[in-house]
Parts: sequence; structure tokens; C-alpha cells
Amino acid sequence: MGNIEITLNGRTVSVLENISILEAAKRNGIYLPTLCHHPDQRVKANCRVCVVEVEGVRNLVASCSTAVREGMKITTNSPRVRETVRTILELIFADHPQECLTCIRNEKCELRQIASRFGINSIQGAKTANNYPVDTSTPSIVRNPNKCIKCGRCAEVCHHTQEVGVLYSHNRSTEIMISPEYGKNLSEVGCVLCGQCAAVCPVGAIHEKDDTDQVWAALADPGKHVVVQTAPSVRVSIAEEFNMPPGSIQTGKLVAALRSLGFERVFDTDFSADLTIMEEGHELLHRIQNGGVLPLITSCSPGWINYAEKYYPELLPNISTCKSPQQMFGAVAKTFYAKRSGIAPEDIYVVSVMPCTAKKYEAIQPEMRSSGYQDVDAVLTTRELARILRHEGIDFSMLEESEYDSPLGTSTGAAAIFGTTGGVMEAALRSVYEIVTGETLSKLDFSEVRGLEGVRSASVDLKGKEVKVAIAHGLANAKKIAEKIKAGEEDYTFIEVMCCPGGCIGGGGQPYGTTQEVRKKRMEALYQVDSDMPLRKSHENPAVIELYQEFFGEPMGELSHRYLHIERAEEAEAVI
Amino acid sequence: MGVNNKELVFNISREEFVDLKTYRERGGYTALQKALRQPPESSIQELKSAGLRGRGGAAFPTAVKIEMVRNNGETGRYVICNADEGEPGTFKDRFIMTHLPFQVIEGITLAAYLAGAENGYIYVRHEYPEVQRILRESIKEAEEAGLLGEDILGSGIRLKLEIFSGAGSYLCGEETALLSSIEGRKGRPRVKPPYPTQSGLWNKPTLINNVETLANIPKIIEKGSGWYRSIGTADSTGTKLISLSGDVVNRGLIEVPFGITFADIIEEYGLGAKPGRTVKAVNIGGASGVLVPGFMLETPLEYTACAKAGITIGSGAIFVLDDTRPILPNVHNRVKFFLHESCGKCTPCREGLRQANVILSKLLSGMATESDVVLLERYTRAIQEASFCGLGQAAGNSLKSSLEYFHEEYLAACGQECRDKEETA
Amino acid sequence: MLAMPIMMGMDIFMGTAEIRFIIKQLGGRNAPLLQVLLAVQDAAPQRYLSEEAVNEIARLLEISRCRVYSTASFYSEISLEPRGIHLIRVCTNAPCENAGKQEIQEAIERELGITVGQTTTDGLFTLESVNCLGACFMSPAIKVDDTLYGNLTTESVVSVLDSFRKEQCHGCK
Repeated sequence: MGNIEITLNGRTVSVLENISILEAAKRNGIYLPTLCHHPDQRVKANCRVCVVEVEGVRNLVASCSTAVREGMKITTNSPRVRETVRTILELIFADHPQECLTCIRNEKCELRQIASRFGINSIQGAKTANNYPVDTSTPSIVRNPNKCIKCGRCAEVCHHTQEVGVLYSHNRSTEIMISPEYGKNLSEVGCVLCGQCAAVCPVGAIHEKDDTDQVWAALADPGKHVVVQTAPSVRVSIAEEFNMPPGSIQTGKLVAALRSLGFERVFDTDFSADLTIMEEGHELLHRIQNGGVLPLITSCSPGWINYAEKYYPELLPNISTCKSPQQMFGAVAKTFYAKRSGIAPEDIYVVSVMPCTAKKYEAIQPEMRSSGYQDVDAVLTTRELARILRHEGIDFSMLEESEYDSPLGTSTGAAAIFGTTGGVMEAALRSVYEIVTGETLSKLDFSEVRGLEGVRSASVDLKGKEVKVAIAHGLANAKKIAEKIKAGEEDYTFIEVMCCPGGCIGGGGQPYGTTQEVRKKRMEALYQVDSDMPLRKSHENPAVIELYQEFFGEPMGELSHRYLHIERAEEAEAVI
Repeated sequence: MGVNNKELVFNISREEFVDLKTYRERGGYTALQKALRQPPESSIQELKSAGLRGRGGAAFPTAVKIEMVRNNGETGRYVICNADEGEPGTFKDRFIMTHLPFQVIEGITLAAYLAGAENGYIYVRHEYPEVQRILRESIKEAEEAGLLGEDILGSGIRLKLEIFSGAGSYLCGEETALLSSIEGRKGRPRVKPPYPTQSGLWNKPTLINNVETLANIPKIIEKGSGWYRSIGTADSTGTKLISLSGDVVNRGLIEVPFGITFADIIEEYGLGAKPGRTVKAVNIGGASGVLVPGFMLETPLEYTACAKAGITIGSGAIFVLDDTRPILPNVHNRVKFFLHESCGKCTPCREGLRQANVILSKLLSGMATESDVVLLERYTRAIQEASFCGLGQAAGNSLKSSLEYFHEEYLAACGQECRDKEETA
Repeated sequence: MLAMPIMMGMDIFMGTAEIRFIIKQLGGRNAPLLQVLLAVQDAAPQRYLSEEAVNEIARLLEISRCRVYSTASFYSEISLEPRGIHLIRVCTNAPCENAGKQEIQEAIERELGITVGQTTTDGLFTLESVNCLGACFMSPAIKVDDTLYGNLTTESVVSVLDSFRKEQCHGCK
């Protein structure tokens, strides 16, 4: 692509040809407001707050949907542009409940930020906001149609990125409503609770169900021994909530922050990720050696599990019987840890900090009570944890770094990369290779399974035995793989599927502003965490080894089956 | 017959249905035969020389559009006849299709042949069931006569033409919204570029033209561009169908050569205002058109002259209001229409019209103040300046023109009580 | 009672088979959605798209229910509510409004005892408004089913309604 010259507010600048005016302005230091625009999505040009003046064009043009042309004369700051943008913002506000002070989104709201930037100090139009019922039907996502500004981002992510297709715009004119069909609740349709809609919503119309009160209550209860686990991806995303750049690795500050909130023990889901590899790796070997159902598909991502249950029940026998790391942690905390620390399991309260909204649903499933109690009591998303920390007045950047408690805080680099697409696969390969071949891997990085390509496949040589593996992230890609398996087109042995684009680093509960660019940075940070770890193979995790010695005996043993696995195949029959 | 009994493009006779036999007797399908014998470029050149421009509202040169599709390397092109006549006050396409269906079909066939399209649709609004029936029967008849379908007139050229029914959406008259509608989605406009000529129906190059435009093509090919240019003016060639309604003695469809003044249309064809009344205002171009006072009617019906005067010819609807009619209820009617028909996609059209509707209701109930009128002006500007599609932008036309030409009626509608309050404040 | 479905279950059962037939006629899995919606509505006993019909169309065309509903809810000629045997549509546009649309509409409302958007209790008429029928040369105009009536007066519109009532009585004997 060549460069062309344009005039931007009287200044002649050279820009790449074919980019949008919006992009050209941004690269030249001119901020233009946007609401419907999202860097990962198609151009919609719905909201019209990015309009600018182009010489020779009768009306204003949307800068997001208009490409620059040689010699184009663009004005972004004329009274005409200013008045129009202000009017459009006022029009949006007139139809928006003016509850910014009490809105969960509050200062993180893109509309509010733009309004503040433009100094909107009065809203002259008639107030037209509706009073539709708020959808609180799921344990994961709250949908408030009254706050919806009809930008269409959620519908696009639901239909195109995830291809779940439960959110779409209905009716027309002022009756327009972005919702499931017939205005149904999310629990009544095929929603998988991935929360990608909440992650892209610019305002407070779709957000995670807030469970912070539950956690406050537990922390304040002297009778509760409150422990917390943190998902691998949270350590590389939480810092963004406190104005640090994407890709900042802040494991130590995260631990310190949780400690200062009053958690008795700060543990790590990375520990149970290593445990997952032990179980899943052995399950894979068991299936290969005993003619079990293949390909084996990973089970860590509850959004993917929900999707498979609803749309591909015939694939459930392929999905690993392993619980996710979150649930393995809960089960271990209320059995092994309870026993070892001498605390009654009913007095232990397990909180998880997850990048995920579907984890909230997973935690309350009936099969997730193997300890005799709900294994994980409360699930907070990254965003909710950040809210708690802000509420508490904890200055994240000033915290002195701290370390995870043992034993459930000990982990390896293999576990850290669980947070990115391809990570579970790589972690599994490191262990399976060594277990099968009895040899030590000379090179730990399986670069062929890394990256952000939607569907990736590779062939791995397990000392003479070729194993075909595949990776998919984002449900549209998962669907492609699922269709291939159904059609019997590929002879994969092992497949990693993550519900969200990028894996957990792009989870529906991650800090706002997640884009492909940001995912890439978080992903690189996780690989950095991995390579910085002294131990990088799950089967070398001393705490996991000790756990097997003291409690479980062996992977895929009787106790592991009771606490770490669920019977998916039988459930599949029930669904069909 | 039109002016001086000269032969025009449509030669309207209100009662007559021109069947295939009659149509052919009068020279119908000689254009298609001629076009099939000569290189397509010659026919396109003929259209270019004739100066035919789109009659749906945008007035884009038809030959250029055809060429754009023709020169697109992509195969599987489509031709679409836009018969979603939703512009209020307009009934010209209804008339052409019910009286002269074969002229429309021949026009589509020619356009398809010249653009290199083998599949076509006539997108007819659902409110016209009888038109759909006539067109279906006519298509069948044309196919049986070898004028449509496989191997048209033994030339090896084919065109599969189907009726596609709209389902009640004004917005589908917008070409990209129409495409979305055929594709099974809501009739919402798409981002342009790409234009339909580049990537239209199912992402294939697509020629979309209005019924009247397409029905002009056979006559031009048959009689030549010289004949066509002899009607109308140098700037605007040929004729325009006018749907005349409202407070005139004689309402109905008329065909006029370009160049005639609006006043003459109203006087000559409409026989003027009703006895004892005078023409106060005229709405030109349908709901999306402007509302102008009587003194502007000396403007000739001509693209350049109208553009200069701020008049949108649009679909060619002329709706007359006499001196007994207040302006505001008529503007409110327009605003309510657009509010109902807004697809809801973009903020200025959806929310701007909603607020405009509130203010007009206030004005009509005497509850408005002058600051409401100022606000209405601001909303109107936003609707016109920033709406996503041409229809949204045009939704502000009647507001803007009435605010300009009939401002005193807005001010008079501001309640006395409210005005007092404002003065003391 | 007229035009009421005989039995709920029966209605749905027959609908499913008919929907499959309609879709087959229109090209099977690739049938154009909007034409399917209109055809199914036309064939439905109460001239509307039921939720069952929407779900069945989604299943047969292999698109999400949400998308089918989205399209169905956008177009004003598609009804998601049951309607009467005869559909009266009053043109609301300016030429008709200036020619006395309001009086015509009120005459119909008085005569039928319903307002716009409602169906008579006997299920014979549904009254709707429509944005321009393209009949401004004969305003005020209404359309009953597929027939246009223009140049109406408050008297003549009542006789139009009467003609439909009579026809119905012949039909039901």
C-alpha cells in the first residue's frame, strides 16, 4: 500500500491509502469519538458520532466508513461538525437512562467518556428511555435493554465471532431492540454465557453479573476461611484496569492486592492447571492405548462446554471428562487442603478470579459438588476484582509484590500458558511426550501450536508415533472443527478448544478494551511468564507430585475420578 | 398523448391494458431485436447519447451504471428492477406495471443483456398484490413467446426473471437495503462503497434501476437517442411521469416533457386549485421531497434548475396544498411517516425523528415555545447532515424547507402562554 | 365464532407440514427467507407468523431463530399477532390525510367497535394503518385484503364493510 496526501484540519499529511478517515486522524494525533466502531469488527457506521466534513461532499461523512482519497480535504473541528456531534450525543443521551452515577459501568462507559470529553452539560430533548425488564436470568450476564444505544457490537460478536447468534436487532425505528428473539431472556435461548457481548458493549447495557457482594460478605465472616485462586490469564490483564499498558505482567501485585483484601490464602489456578495436565494427559494416553473415543477434546473452557452441550451433543463423548482447573482447584481445596490444614470443608470459602463469565455458571452446576459442598463458592471476573480493589482504595501500582501461598499456589510455566489459545495443547504435549517416550524434551516450545490463527493444526512426533493435533479458539472456529469431526474429515487425536477469541486472555470478563492487538500483548506476556519459570512441565510440579503421593494416588485413579472428573458421556445420552 | 400529441415514452391511456400482442403491434420488442443484432456497446452508446438518468430519485446516468456492471469482471451478475414504490404520493410505477408490463419487462431484458446479467428480480412492494399478479402472468407470457428465459429470440441470451415481494418497508427502496431484503435480512442500508455495481446481491455486480428508468430503455433503443433528445431539454432529456395529488381539480398520473414549469403542470394538467382557492404550497418529490411555497413553482422541471432552487424532483410526486391547509400538520404527517419507516440503524434518523415528532406534537397542541423551534432546526440539521443513508438524509427535507419557507407558521404555533413565559424569563 | 383455529395442537401440526411444503416450493434450504415468511403468513389460518412457525422456518432453512425473528419483526406487512379474516388497511399518508382519512378511520372504528391495531371479537376484521397505498389519485383510500377502495366517504366506507360481512354470511351459510 502506498501513501497519499490529504489535508487534515488545514495541515497536509501523508497517510496510507485505503485507510479510513478515522484511522488517518488517529495516526495524526486527532481524536474522533466513536461508539459503534470496534477495531476487531466490521464497520457499521451506526452511531454517527465520528462524522467529519469533507470538502466537496454535501453532507458530513462518517469517518469510520469513509476511506481517505488523494487530495481529500478533511475538517474535524468546524462549528458544523461540533454542533452535529453534540446533537447526536444529546440524542443518544435523551434515550438513555441518565443513571451514570449508579451504573455498574460508570467511568468505564465509552458514552460517558465521550460526553465528558465534549462537555455535554445539558440534554435538551424529551427523555425517551424505556423501562423494559432487565434480564437477570443467567448467573453470568445481565442485559439491560434500557441502556442499549443500538451500536450493534454485541450482535456482531454473537453472530460472527461466536456464531452463537442469540443476540440480534429486532423491530425497527425507535422500537429497535437488540435481544434474543421475542425479547426472551438469555436463559431461554441458546446462549453459552461466554460474555463476549459484555466485553464489547460500550455502555452498561450488557455486563457480568456482579458477585462482589457475596465475596465482601464472606471476607467479613469470621467463621469463614476464605481462599482465592487466580486464573492464569488474570496476571497479565488486571494491570490494565489500573492504567498500565496491555501485556503488563503483575503476578506479584495481584497476589499482594488479594492479600490486602483479607483472603486467608492466595492460591493459584495454575496449580490445578498442572493437575489438569496430569489427568488429561493420562486420559489421552488411556484413550489412545485402549481404543477410546478420539479425538479427545479439552474441557477447560465452560463456554465451549455449554456450546457443545447445546449445539454438538454428539461430540460430548469426545470431550475430556476432566473438570476445568477452576473446579479441580475447588475440589482439592475442600478435600485435600481442608484435611491438611485441619479446617472443616464447610468453613472453607473458595473464591476464584477468572477472565470468564461462563465460570460463574460452571461453579454452580450440580456435578461441581464433589467435596460434598459447592466446590467453588464465588467467581469474580477480572473486572469485578478491579472494582473491589478500587472500592477498597488499594493503589495497585504502589503494592509491594507478594508470592502465592503453598501448596496450592505452586505451579509451572506449562500452567501459565493455559490462559492463551494453544497453551493447554502445548502444556499437554510437554508432559505427554516425556511420559510416552521416557525422554526429556530438548526444546520445550511447541511454536507450531502458538499464534492467533483461528484454527491451527500440527503433527507431533511422539518418538515414532505421529499425533495430529488441532486448536480452535472463538466459537465460530470451534464450529468449523466440530463440523469436521462430525463429517469424519480429519483424523485428529487431540484438540484444544477455547470459547473466546485468543483463549482466556480474551475472555468475556477481562478488562474493557480487549482487541486483537491487546490479546496479542497478553499472549506474549503469558509466554514470558512461562519462560521465566524455573519449572515448565506440569508433571514436574512438586506440589502436584506431593498431592498424588498424599491424596490421589495416581492420575486417572479412583479418587481422581471421584473429585477431578465428571461423567460427560452419560450426560450426553441424556441430552440426545 | 402528451403535449401537441407528440409521441412520448409512455403515452398514457388510463383505461387501457397493453397486452403482449398490442405491445408488439405498437413496436414493442423491436428494440430488443435491434439490440441483439448490434454490439451491446452501440446500444449503451445510444442510451448515453439519449442522456437517460435514473428516475427513482438519484438521477444517476443509466448508461454509466450499466457499463459499470458490464465492465466488472465478476460473473453471475444480477439485474434488479426496483418496484418498491413506497414514496408517499407516488403511483407512477404502479401505473406502468399494471398498464404497460411488457414495456417494463422488455426494459429489464435490455438492461440485463447490456449489463451481462442472466438473473433478475422485480422487487415489488407487498402493498401492490395486483401488480405482482400482472407481472407474474406477463413474465410467463413473455417466456412462452421466447422473449424471456432461455435463448431469448433465438439469440442464445438468457434471463431468468422473478418477482420478489417486499414486505412493507419504505427503506427497501434504498438500493442496498433492497439487496439485504432479498438476501433475507432486515431492509437496512449497507455501507457504500462497495456500490451494488461492484458488489451487490450475494456480493455479485448488480444493476438496480427504477421501473420508470427501465421502461424508458426500449423506447430509446427503438426510436433512437435523437428522438429522445427532441423531448425535454438539453439538460434533462425525455419525459417524467408525475403523480399529481392533493388540492387540484384533476388528480392523477401524467407524462410531461422535462422543461415544463411546476406551475404549468398544476394548471395545465391539474386544472389548478379548486374553485375559490389558491395554491399555497406544493410538496415535490414525495415525503422525502421539499415543501415549497407557490412562488417557487415557476421553476422548470429540470435537474439543474431544480437543484439550484433546492427542489428535489425525486419520484416526481406533486402534492398540492391550497390556502385552507395549515403547514404543520402536513409536516407532522411526514415526520410520523419517516419515524415509522426509519430502519433504526443510525442515531440521527432514529432519535432525531423521534424528537422532531415530540416537538411537532407540542407545537400542534400549543405547548411549544420558540426554543423548541430552534431545537427542531438543530435536529433537522443533524438528520440531514449525519444520517447513514440518502433516505434518512432526505427525511429532513420537508422539515428544513418548511422551517425556511413557512417559519411564521411555526412561530404562530408556539403557545401564547409559553411565549409570555419565555419573554419574562 | 369464526376463523378460530379448531384445535391448538391440530393447528400446529398442520402448520409444520405446510411450512415444509412451502419451503420446498420456494427452493428448499436456500429459499429466500422473506418470501417464505410471507407465504407462511398467507397460508396461516390467522394470517400471522406464530412462534412455532418462526422456529420451524429457522430449523428448515438452517438459520438462527433470532435471525428469522429479526427479519420478521422488521417488516410491517408481516404480523406476529393473529389477525382476522379480512384485513382493512387505512392509508395514513398526507394526500389521504388531507382528503379526510381521519373521518374514514373513525367511521370504520365506530362501525366495527375496534381501534387501529385491533381485531373484531368475531374474528372477521383486523384494522391496521398503512404508509401510502400508492392510491393518492383516489384519496382517501383503504385496502381490504387485496382490493383498493378510493374516494371514500364516511357512508361509502360502511357499505364496503357491509359487502364483506354479507360475503362471509354466504360463506358460512
